[in-house]
Amino acid sequence: MLNMISYELLLFVLAPILILVFLSLDVLFLTWLERKVIARIQLRYGPNRTGPFGLLQPLADALKLIQKEDIIPKTADKVVFTLAPIISFVAASLPFMFIPFSKFFQISFIENALIFLLATSALSAIGILLAAWGSNSKYPLLGGMRAIVQVLSYEIPLVLAVLSIVLIVGSFKLTDIVEFQEKNTWLILLQPLGFLIFFISGLAEASRVPFDLPESESELVAGFHTEYSGMKFALLLFAEYIHLILISILITIFYLGGWLIPGIYYLENIAITIGNSFNIPSHISISILHFIILIIKAHIIIFLILWITRGTLFRIRVYSLPVFSWKGLVPLSMINLIITAILVVM
Amino acid sequence: MVLKYRFEGYEIEVKDNEILLNLGPQHPSTHGLCRLVIKMEGEKVKEIIPVIGYLHRGVEKICENRSYIQIIPITDRMDYLSSMNNNFAYVLAVEELLGLKIPERAEYLRVIAAELNRIASHLLFIATFGMDIGSFTAFMYGFRDREMILDLLEEMAGARMLYNYMRIGGVKRDVGKEFFERCLKVLDKLEEKLKDYERFFLENELFINRTKGIGILKPEDAIKLGVTGPNLRASGVKYDIRRVDPYSIYDRFDFNVITDNGCDSYARFIVRLKEIKESMKIVRQAIRDIPEGDISARVPKVIRPPEGEVYSRVESPRGELGVYIYSDGKSDKPYRIKFRVPSFANLSAFPHFNKGIMLADLIVSFASIDIVLGDIDR
Repeated sequence: MLNMISYELLLFVLAPILILVFLSLDVLFLTWLERKVIARIQLRYGPNRTGPFGLLQPLADALKLIQKEDIIPKTADKVVFTLAPIISFVAASLPFMFIPFSKFFQISFIENALIFLLATSALSAIGILLAAWGSNSKYPLLGGMRAIVQVLSYEIPLVLAVLSIVLIVGSFKLTDIVEFQEKNTWLILLQPLGFLIFFISGLAEASRVPFDLPESESELVAGFHTEYSGMKFALLLFAEYIHLILISILITIFYLGGWLIPGIYYLENIAITIGNSFNIPSHISISILHFIILIIKAHIIIFLILWITRGTLFRIRVYSLPVFSWKGLVPLSMINLIITAILVVM
Repeated sequence: MVLKYRFEGYEIEVKDNEILLNLGPQHPSTHGLCRLVIKMEGEKVKEIIPVIGYLHRGVEKICENRSYIQIIPITDRMDYLSSMNNNFAYVLAVEELLGLKIPERAEYLRVIAAELNRIASHLLFIATFGMDIGSFTAFMYGFRDREMILDLLEEMAGARMLYNYMRIGGVKRDVGKEFFERCLKVLDKLEEKLKDYERFFLENELFINRTKGIGILKPEDAIKLGVTGPNLRASGVKYDIRRVDPYSIYDRFDFNVITDNGCDSYARFIVRLKEIKESMKIVRQAIRDIPEGDISARVPKVIRPPEGEVYSRVESPRGELGVYIYSDGKSDKPYRIKFRVPSFANLSAFPHFNKGIMLADLIVSFASIDIVLGDIDR
């Protein structure tokens, strides 16, 4: 009994902290990875001076950003301007509450996790809009407006794509989705079109190239974070990368079987035996294993995103973006949903 | 409420639903120090006012206080991406004033240098154009390939950008046989790289979507507004000074004047991409035909042209570059010198054909006219 309670308590108190720490470290790693991958595509070396392979470069950057003077423009709305990065960051990390990192490791075990997850992940657009509006400057404003257009265009196909999955699985719980894939097959095989739609909308959600419109450096200088510097800028940047992590984890859970890989049972057994020798309860050692597999899978997706899109694509034309979404992705995902529904009923 | 803004002799009225956006002088895609003041409704551009002069050095006035030879390095610094062509235009003008005949080998060397410079300039255009559309990869690739040409030019002139290579009566120095071999090798390599560019840009749906139909410059407008060079040819007008009014030895070479009827940013990109190939053709022919001999005619140490005026023009990578010189016949300095630069005319045409387009398209259109601010401000 005591054991049970302490585990629950541990989960409740420690898990959020653990996840936040993990996210922060992962963001640092991702900034390094992104620079390195793109550098290799662009015939450069990327960071290679600080530490082995430049691995300490993100730390150096973070240190620099912490040292910087915290500038608030005279004309800016001080409250909104300060609040925006915080809201952005919080909104971006909230959805991780509902993500199962393993069969047993999830902060909030609620029935309708998926709905809350999608709702909270869309919140970060508010942060961007606030940042844009609070700066009281023209370039951020334009960037913020673009961000809203993007969210309005891409949230719907994203949700519709997820809805087809819910139809197949018959549950709003993410653990159920993975369990379904454990019993049957990975959902990418049942939902290839849905996967494509989710991938594209996910790119737009995370505002990666070719959908980096809120920033669009060559047009809007730096978009919504033009006026930001120091730690506030760092928070906005963090939020963006966390979004990328979120999207890639969601892709993994929805379509690529989450923590499942062929031969997972052997690995689980090995993990349990190793865990037993250190007196770790078996569900914790399995959790750790699942977590590692999930994260590796998600990072493969991130690498693909960096490689395929950031390295080789141009920015999409802003004005054809809603058109592409409403005339292309939304009908497609509708059709996908209807076909799925018919097949499920049959 | 209507707000009135006054600046640089302009007066602009801004209504409630409009905003005045200051694009530059410090902005990632204004290529130097150009300031565009834009009146927008939402993201729709209603009025564009280019504000220039941030790079003004008074080149024309400086030239009045320098001897004829000292002016050559100053011309380098006008359009710093096509210094060879600037040199070319200037020395042609002075030679015409003097009635000088220059040796064959020098003529060929000049053409090789000018065409190599044109290739380098167009490659830089491709690079920056790619960056403005949002692909930094294109930028790096363009710069990589431009570097090969710059190495060649460095071997010729001893400098990478500001060559100061041509002299009145010839060129500064000769190049050896190995240079031509290396040059041909680089051209072969570049031919392969150009295929990469075609794949990277022209087969990319996003690129086509962003450039097709953006910034349409009708041929009759282009002629009226004094647009020259690739921008004019992209509007379907077959006008290339190398053909229309051949200078130096350009009448000897076989090359096509590239035109395109698209009139948009895409056409302007294609024209430049194809022109690289034509320039390569010219360089190859020049290397094949170049004779041995002197690289400079006999020219007096102090150049004192007879009284008179002259206007000579060349086809620089950006268009018609004209040099007007008036000599009073007494001093070794020009009495008045005036450069007719292509970028200036192209920029002044820009607001006319871009009214009503969106901000993001404006950036593409602006990048596609390929201006150099050093050229405009002088």
